Amino acid sequence: MSSKKIKTKFAIAIFSLIIIITILFFTLPLLSLLFRISPEDFVTAILDPDVNSAIVLSLITAGMATVIIVLLGTPIAYLNARHEYRGRNFVETLLDLPIVLPPSVAGLALLVLFGRRGLIGGFLDDIGITIIFTTFAVILAQVFVAGPLYIRQAKTAFAMVDQVYESAARTLGAGPFVTFVKVTIPLAWTGLVSGIILGFARGIGEFGATIMVAGNLPGKTQTMPLAIYGMMQSDLTASIALSLVLIVMSCIILILIRMISGRSS
Amino acid sequence: MLYARLVKKLRDFLLDVELTVNPGEVLVLLGENGSGKSTVLNLLSGLLGPDEGKIILNNSELFSSEKGIFFPPEERNIGYVFQNYALFPHMTVFENISFGLKMRKIPKNQFNGEVDRFLENLGIEHVKNERVTNLSGGQRQRVALARALIVKPHMLLLDEPLTALDQSARDKIRLELREHLVNSKQPSILVTHSLKDAKIIGDKVMMLEKGKVVWSGKANDLKSLSNIPDESPVHVVSEEYISFSGIAID
Repeated sequence: MSSKKIKTKFAIAIFSLIIIITILFFTLPLLSLLFRISPEDFVTAILDPDVNSAIVLSLITAGMATVIIVLLGTPIAYLNARHEYRGRNFVETLLDLPIVLPPSVAGLALLVLFGRRGLIGGFLDDIGITIIFTTFAVILAQVFVAGPLYIRQAKTAFAMVDQVYESAARTLGAGPFVTFVKVTIPLAWTGLVSGIILGFARGIGEFGATIMVAGNLPGKTQTMPLAIYGMMQSDLTASIALSLVLIVMSCIILILIRMISGRSS
Repeated sequence: MLYARLVKKLRDFLLDVELTVNPGEVLVLLGENGSGKSTVLNLLSGLLGPDEGKIILNNSELFSSEKGIFFPPEERNIGYVFQNYALFPHMTVFENISFGLKMRKIPKNQFNGEVDRFLENLGIEHVKNERVTNLSGGQRQRVALARALIVKPHMLLLDEPLTALDQSARDKIRLELREHLVNSKQPSILVTHSLKDAKIIGDKVMMLEKGKVVWSGKANDLKSLSNIPDESPVHVVSEEYISFSGIAID
């Protein structure tokens, strides 16, 4: 065998090894969770009231956070996609910040704003409303961290809609709002939906900011990621069961996004 | 009748155009790309606002810089056929054509027959429930025309309605298009860069260059362009224009 052939074979072997190590590195940890728990233990753990309430609470809070994100985020996403205004880049950078910010910083910032002595929290405290360590605080944290993901995606989706369709609708007698609902949203639909799914996924996985502003109270603020952390010491099986639920949810979310983006292209 | 004086500062030049179009008459705006022809349509439709001037359609003022009047596009009752047609890709042919009627709050049972009549007139009744993305160029053009005409607009604006078609389809459709425009009994303005379109479809022609009218006259005058003596301004301007510009002589 010539030395050139040996070199080629060696290169292929190294290349394959790197590929295998990479795949194993990202899948083995997740698989090891699966092997650590029997199906019976999984079912028993899921039926535990604390575990159960964590799943329900996660779905409810992430669902509500997603609704708030869509209501708050859609207008600004549309504005940024369609209109050039002074300071737009600055506004966009500010809105992107929570994506790269460590969640603990986000949590601390929310705590300082909504805490009893905070700017808004202090005022609310005077009229008898507490936000910190409530279910609402969980939603607040999720909106703060997940909102920018939706806004980004929605902006791109709106920007991709050719304005000529909006113009056509206007000349046919539709006002700006009707045009938005009947033409812009349907044409941006696939992008908007993947933004919604991304936002929901980020919300359901939220941990750092939540534990700082909402604490880890079972049934009230203990969402799945918090329950996994909380139960790790006392009931590893429950933690693993919850993790598997989250892994399955994440898989479903990824498949949904792939299906949607595949359909649009 | 449509009367308009439109002044608008564009990036490269000042657009300043004055035009009058009678009912059932077709005015063709001829010019190369970037001469401001499409901008004139956008100003007339209200998609853009002029800096100065006025638009009077059938005795009502749609725009007046002096009086501070500006009607948005949805209140002008116009028919606009866009370049590439801008048919809503998420709707069927029927939904596209009936869009304007729905916006006018006409009940569905009333406009069903009307849509069918238009589809039949234009020979596209068999694609009624097709998605517009499945149509041929000629079919799209007809759907766009039907969508614009069905609302009984007070003026018709057409932006290069034939460019998206292939040569044989264009030759066939020119006369047919003229017939529809004349039959609508409304003022029509058609933008094109094709001399042939202007000759066949137009009654009046205005040539635009950098936002100014460089020649205007009857469409018939264009036919005998080569017979016009050299010293005539018509000849000089038009011939020079044609030989040095992007106006297609097909």
